[in-house]
Amino acid sequence: MNITATIFGQMIAFAFFVWFCMKYVWPPLTNALAERQKKIADGLEAAERAEKDLELAQVKVADQLKEAKVDASGIIDQANKRASQIIDEAKEQAREEGQRLIAGAQAEIEQEVNRAKEQLRTQVAGIAIAGAEKILEATIDESAHAELAEKLAASL
Amino acid sequence: MASEATHEEAGHVEAEAQTQGEYIQHHLQFLTYGKHPDGHWGFAHTEEEATEMGFWSFHVDMLGWSVALGLLFVLSFKKMADKASVATPSGFQNFVEWVYEFVNQNVKDTFHGHSSLIAPLSMTIFCWVILMNTMDLVPVDILPWIAQTISGDEHIAFRAVPTTDPNITLGMSLSVFILIIFYSIKIKGVGGFMKELAFQPFGPWMMPFNLLIEVPTLLAKPVSLGLRLYGNLYAGELVFLLIALFGWWQLPAHFIWAAFHLLVIPLQAFIFMMLTIVYLSQACEDH
Repeated sequence: MNITATIFGQMIAFAFFVWFCMKYVWPPLTNALAERQKKIADGLEAAERAEKDLELAQVKVADQLKEAKVDASGIIDQANKRASQIIDEAKEQAREEGQRLIAGAQAEIEQEVNRAKEQLRTQVAGIAIAGAEKILEATIDESAHAELAEKLAASL
Repeated sequence: MASEATHEEAGHVEAEAQTQGEYIQHHLQFLTYGKHPDGHWGFAHTEEEATEMGFWSFHVDMLGWSVALGLLFVLSFKKMADKASVATPSGFQNFVEWVYEFVNQNVKDTFHGHSSLIAPLSMTIFCWVILMNTMDLVPVDILPWIAQTISGDEHIAFRAVPTTDPNITLGMSLSVFILIIFYSIKIKGVGGFMKELAFQPFGPWMMPFNLLIEVPTLLAKPVSLGLRLYGNLYAGELVFLLIALFGWWQLPAHFIWAAFHLLVIPLQAFIFMMLTIVYLSQACEDH
């Protein structure tokens, strides 16, 4: 173990390397790591904020969904009501129309009956007169026997 | 006849033992460049020549590896530091950042003052010492063999592990010592520093006694710091050399010792770094 000037050489080299490390190695590493740390912190913060935003949005969506459901059920109720109303109205109209048609038909039938009766009556009167003429073999004064004929016709 | 054979065998064993001794001796010799006693500068060819050179000589192999490994550290880390970006790191950049975080955490936990020097200083110590220690895992004969082949001198000494040279470890610990003194005086002032040495721990009336405790404590710091690293790595290197004498059995033995040594390499670097931080932290603390 002999101490020689090697020791000075090593001290100079040591001083140089420490100086070099202090000047060119340590500061850029410090900067890069600090910057990355900041970026990661920012990223985490942004993620947290986004999560909060998402939560808010979800709450909002749920609210809106509930509202929409209420609205929809209201609309459906209204529609149902309106539908039954329309059906009722239609039924009423149909009944009225039916009644009207029935009444019309009855009136026409009555008219027809009356007309047939009238014709029948006229024809019966004619037949009666013709029959009477044949029986009497004499001309009946139309005017003189009209009353008779009328009476006959009316009795039919 | 029989006794002659035994004698021959004994002689053979003796010769071999000498070669083994020489083998280890040779492996513990530095490639030394210095001033020969006759005044001219040059490489020492034998251990005696190296010793005769005295203080003014350089262990070229140790300084060479030390500087080469230091350059490897600063340049590779600088490359990564320049590339270090906010983007996702990968590969070696991850490693560099891990080392950064590790050193930074240790400095923060231990050193409470403000200094832009201490963290890079710790990082340099940690990485550099690890690299120098790792040279211990290079098989002991490879680098000397390469050096001998290149130089053509089959007796050339060439060692690989800078931290097995006390000059290297003491060079670092003395630098730390200078920083201890510098920070002590910077933070406490010359008077404060002297007071700390003279008036503690027993108060001004016991000044000689205090000095007797505090001055050796202070001086022991660089010595123990440097010699601890040197001792651990030198012992490890010596065991590797002994294992290299085993013949074929050196393969499993070498593997086991290398596996064990994998623990010693980072541990000693870590201890050197931590003690540096602790000493400088003490230097910066005002009582």
